[in-house]
Amino acid sequence: MTNELIAITVLWGFIFIYAVMATLDFGAGFWSMVYMNREKTKATNIANRYLSPTWEVTNVFIVAIVVALFSFFPGATFVLGTVLLIPGSIILLLLAIRSAFLVFAHIAKEYKKALTYISGISGLIIPALLISVLPITHGGFIETVDGVARLRMDKLFTSPQEYAFIGFAISSTLFLSSLLLADYSNAANELEAYLIYRRDALILGPISLLMALFIMLTMKNEATWLYEGMMNYLPWIIGSIAMFFIAGIALFLPSAKHTTVRGRPRLAVVAIVVQYFLASYAYGKAHLPYMIYPDVTIQSGFTHPNTFRALFTSYIVGFAILFPGFIYFWRLFMKDKRYLQQNDQH
Amino acid sequence: MDDLIIARSLFGTTMAFHIIFATLGVGIPLMVLFAELLYQKTKDRDYAVMANRWTKGLAVLLGVAIPSGTIAGVQLSLLWPGFMEVIGRVMSLPFQIEIYAFFVEALFMSIYVYAADRISAWMRILSVTLVAIGASASAILITNVHAFEGTPAGFRIENGEIVDVDPWAAFFNPSFFVAAGHVVVSAFMTGAFVIASLAAYKMLREKHNQRVYQFHRKALMLGLTAGGIFSLLTALNGHESAQLLHEYQPEKLAAAEGLFETQSHAPLAIGGYTDRETQSVKWAIEIPWLLSFLAGNSFDTVVRGLNDFPEEWWPPLFVHTLFNAMVGIGMLLLLFSIIGFIWNKIMKRNTFPRPLMWGFIAAGPLSVLAIEFGWIFACTGRQPWVIYRMMKTADAVTQTGNLAVLFILFTIVYVILGISVVLVLRYYFNRHPVIHELDKHSNDSSSNFAQ
Repeated sequence: MTNELIAITVLWGFIFIYAVMATLDFGAGFWSMVYMNREKTKATNIANRYLSPTWEVTNVFIVAIVVALFSFFPGATFVLGTVLLIPGSIILLLLAIRSAFLVFAHIAKEYKKALTYISGISGLIIPALLISVLPITHGGFIETVDGVARLRMDKLFTSPQEYAFIGFAISSTLFLSSLLLADYSNAANELEAYLIYRRDALILGPISLLMALFIMLTMKNEATWLYEGMMNYLPWIIGSIAMFFIAGIALFLPSAKHTTVRGRPRLAVVAIVVQYFLASYAYGKAHLPYMIYPDVTIQSGFTHPNTFRALFTSYIVGFAILFPGFIYFWRLFMKDKRYLQQNDQH
Repeated sequence: MDDLIIARSLFGTTMAFHIIFATLGVGIPLMVLFAELLYQKTKDRDYAVMANRWTKGLAVLLGVAIPSGTIAGVQLSLLWPGFMEVIGRVMSLPFQIEIYAFFVEALFMSIYVYAADRISAWMRILSVTLVAIGASASAILITNVHAFEGTPAGFRIENGEIVDVDPWAAFFNPSFFVAAGHVVVSAFMTGAFVIASLAAYKMLREKHNQRVYQFHRKALMLGLTAGGIFSLLTALNGHESAQLLHEYQPEKLAAAEGLFETQSHAPLAIGGYTDRETQSVKWAIEIPWLLSFLAGNSFDTVVRGLNDFPEEWWPPLFVHTLFNAMVGIGMLLLLFSIIGFIWNKIMKRNTFPRPLMWGFIAAGPLSVLAIEFGWIFACTGRQPWVIYRMMKTADAVTQTGNLAVLFILFTIVYVILGISVVLVLRYYFNRHPVIHELDKHSNDSSSNFAQ
């Protein structure tokens, strides 16, 4: 593996982890808004219990992506930084408002309603904007005038591909988060909440799959190079779709824990994460060597080799140190029954 | 206004806003750690209550510190793509290592806040120690990038190409240790004085409730002790910072001191403002020979004046005033701590006189102000360079345009967040007065953490 490939793999790894964690994070914020008024069910509590300890960790990943991008690929960052000034700034503003008000809502119980709406709605818009970076890298939306790269907003927002991605981002956010919250409530023995989130997942799953097909359809016309590249990875895409159906079946299997409800949500969550992984692998592989088609490749925008070596060393040392911390965190918040089943609201 | 000015204003506003919360995010965890340790040592439950309440406040502040820090980090690439291209190739290590520090801080902050009731006291102390270490490390690392901008190392630019890259030489650039030390000890000082301010204010308001009064008195003493120690360290380190400027960025020191002519036995001008026309500092108190002594430990030290440099390299001359304000506040805070120490420990008085109490109340806001002055001085004093003698700020700025609208939008959001954070803190602490927590005679103190 070349240095460039290692670097893009690390970057893509961060993006994948962030995508999964962020959809859960944004989705949980949305669901806690939707089910806020249902006092009887614990659906909101469950969402908040997941959200409270994780949002900071999730937020670190977005910074990690940006840092990995400019440290490994300063050339690509130069172009992306220039063209993404406006959309990037809007994402930042929404993110700031959302994170802050999430914390405020937690502390100031009486403002909770208004604050929860703010964090819930912004949590849905942010994924839609974030994913727009992908179609921008497919080419055709950046034009260079007097040596300065510019984003053609008019072209972007009249492109069906952009809307396919936005639809996919929103439906995936809601799908993944409802599925994870179903699993989380199942682990916490909150059956009423489990049934609500299971139902939401069953509705949203097929919608997000349709959106994924819509992406492929629009890509065929608008980014033919990428579509043809992805067709070379057809087995991965078929595997991805198969995982989707496995997840669907898992939600109808007899429950391993309870007699009154159906479904094995943990299996479904694992299958869906594998589904997204396979699909994103096919997409990422087909995207290479281009970072931004057709101007920036992973070779042309690459950092200085000495810097790469130093960074790579720091990655190995850093994650060796952090790993026990992640394990401890996981055990305290995802496995500890005392946390999952508590009655007071966090 | 041209794009460069707007870009600088926008990024400056982001930093000015972020730095308040970031500083407290570094300073307050250390105070929580001190309170936790004192609780273990004295078994006085008041310290556990302090740790709990400060953590609550900290959680709200982090709700702004983290997103505003995210903005600052991403805005670097959006507003200064030319600068970040160089940083990416040469100086990305501190950013990368900072990510690990963020992770440590975020993981253990969540553990400390949301799992306090399920882990042992020592695990709790370990968690908050790691939060303090993570926060301080990220401050140290980001300051390292700032240090690099002033004293770049580890690369050369040849025909527009970056060559001879040595990322570790860039990392350990000449001003790294001193600059990072300055930021960390001044953040610890600020955290301590903000705690002292709040405690002093509460003591004046709650004079008649002995229980509450005594609680705040303990917090005040803790805040003043820590604040005193760290303000002393900040001053000592500040002296080293100035000597470093003398060696590496002489025109910045010259602008800070309003010195135009190169000379030995140079005088120190305190106060006043720098006048470009007459090339002098007006209304200043001049102490002969002192600047030479401060810069190089001897009166013969030749200090270079601004006239040694082409005028387009001069930093803006108002930095003299900023520099003086920062140093003045630092000295004043040190004085407060010394008087408080003498009053309490040597004269053995139990209460402080009212004017001194008002001085303590002012200490927190003043230290935040000093941090602001210090940062503005450090960054505008480096102009016109973004990387000293390597890259001009004007060559690093984005060519995209449309910056004015963004400047307005970001400013509005900072105002909203700033107002909300005050409202939420007031709301929470008014609804949860300390007396309720002091009355709870629970043996298991940790159970309070989770509520």
